[in-house]
Amino acid sequence: MADAGVVDPRLDDAGLVAGGVAPLCCSGVGLARGGRVLLDDVTLELARRPGVTVILGPNGAGKSLLLRVVAGLVEPDRGRVRWGPRPPDRSRATRIGFVFQKPVMLRRSVLANVTYALRAAGVPRHEREARARSLLAAGDLGHLERVSARVLSGGEQQRVALVRALATKPEALLLDEPTASLDPRSTQAIEALVRATRAAGVGVVLVTHDLGQARRLADEVVFIHRGRVLEQAPAACFFDAPSTAAAREFLDGGLVL
Amino acid sequence: MSDLATAFRDALDLLLSLDPELAAIVALSLQVSLGAVAVAALVGMPLGAVVAVGRFPGRMAVVVLMNALMGLPPVVVGLVVYLLLSRAGPLGAFGLLYTPTAMVIAQAVLVTPIIAALTRQTVEDLWGEYEEQLRVLGVSRLEMVATLLWDARPSLLTGLLAGFGRAVAEVGAVIIVGGNINHVTRVMTTTIALETSKGNLSLALGLGIILVAITVTVSALVMAMRGREGRAVHG
Ligand SMILES: Nc1ncnc2c1ncn2[C@@H]1O[C@H](COP(=O)(O)OP(=O)(O)OP(=O)(O)O)[C@@H](O)[C@H]1O
Ligand SMILES: [Mg+2]
Repeated sequence: MADAGVVDPRLDDAGLVAGGVAPLCCSGVGLARGGRVLLDDVTLELARRPGVTVILGPNGAGKSLLLRVVAGLVEPDRGRVRWGPRPPDRSRATRIGFVFQKPVMLRRSVLANVTYALRAAGVPRHEREARARSLLAAGDLGHLERVSARVLSGGEQQRVALVRALATKPEALLLDEPTASLDPRSTQAIEALVRATRAAGVGVVLVTHDLGQARRLADEVVFIHRGRVLEQAPAACFFDAPSTAAAREFLDGGLVL
Repeated sequence: MSDLATAFRDALDLLLSLDPELAAIVALSLQVSLGAVAVAALVGMPLGAVVAVGRFPGRMAVVVLMNALMGLPPVVVGLVVYLLLSRAGPLGAFGLLYTPTAMVIAQAVLVTPIIAALTRQTVEDLWGEYEEQLRVLGVSRLEMVATLLWDARPSLLTGLLAGFGRAVAEVGAVIIVGGNINHVTRVMTTTIALETSKGNLSLALGLGIILVAITVTVSALVMAMRGREGRAVHG
């Protein structure tokens, strides 16, 4: 596994290092479903430079939904999302890596899951397998490459999902609780991959409920509560002196109402 | 009673001696029904997949129609195909009536809704799971359909077998458009119907035994594959 801040050479071999980082912006994004306001006037700049933005907030705050809106998977009712100068439409979607809260495994082998993503990203056929192998090795998954992805454990699936997302050489990586069901060792492996990815010049947006992880990885924190962004601050400021009562309660492990 | 016993013994004799007439009828049956399933798959699978993934006005009506057509009565299909292929019909110029081709067409019409409806259901379920992941990978609409069909192939194979089971066992459609002409368009079901009415029970019984064996094998295969899917073993 890579050390903090150093690009894993295997990731480099795999051609992970991406070019310039286009900023992801939402302005005035609002979304309601079934009479409930799920996102309310969210204005944010995410992944504006290589760095890790951690999104924190209680269950049901709208974190997963916000990521999906940002990735262009859900059309907001109001406001707009920009990926550089353009909306995050499908033709550009390969530049956004996404690991869903519940990983989606194609009914294929682990290796085929990764080569599938490489093919979608336009990597020529003869390069796909070697690149997929080196990515899987970097994710400590080399021994599982022939196994059907659907029979992997939850934690292994999350790691495959991350490797697959990295395979498309994203300029921004959106991770929705990627270590929610991982053991300490796998969590470390994922955190190392996240650091390596950031060091490779990729903007990472990470949703997590693990405050220790947030402290370890975050450059910046966005705190969401009931579909509203209550705070966006550099990590040190947020953890030392959250400016809202809700964030203070959340950090203290109190009930956020 | 002894009539029946004699007929049964004669039937077994026919089977064990690989009677050429019986073999030819079985071969034509398989040829027609497999051909029909192949045509139905070529039409029904893409159709089902497109309806599963597509968003267009009248989609619900198409879904309902496809499901309703699954229960199409074979005689009615036979009648409609007969009208189309008969000399006065719009396709009469091809001279297909009373040929194996006509039988393939009729059975394909019968089986296509089954395959299309099962494909639609399967692909739609998988689509619910895959959609956002495939979109985020930047996969084109056409590739999505191909991916869904490929990854759903165990269930789709079940649909093909179900279609084959229906085709090989039906009599109403093939007897109308095939005409049950000796050595040309006689298949297992039509021969059984005819020979029984003529009192030639041994050939009818021999074919009946084979037909039952085929349909039992098909449903055993379907169940075996369902079981495999349940255990989530995917290649
Ligand atoms: N398609 C939808 N239709 C209706 N309501 C939805 C939809 N998607 C999300 N919601 C609602 O939006 C709210 C926010 O959901 P979201 O999944 O973003 O929460 P979250 O912050 O990720 O929570 P968790 O920490 O539990 O993952 C929830 O109350 C959820 O029920
Ligand atoms: Mg969530």
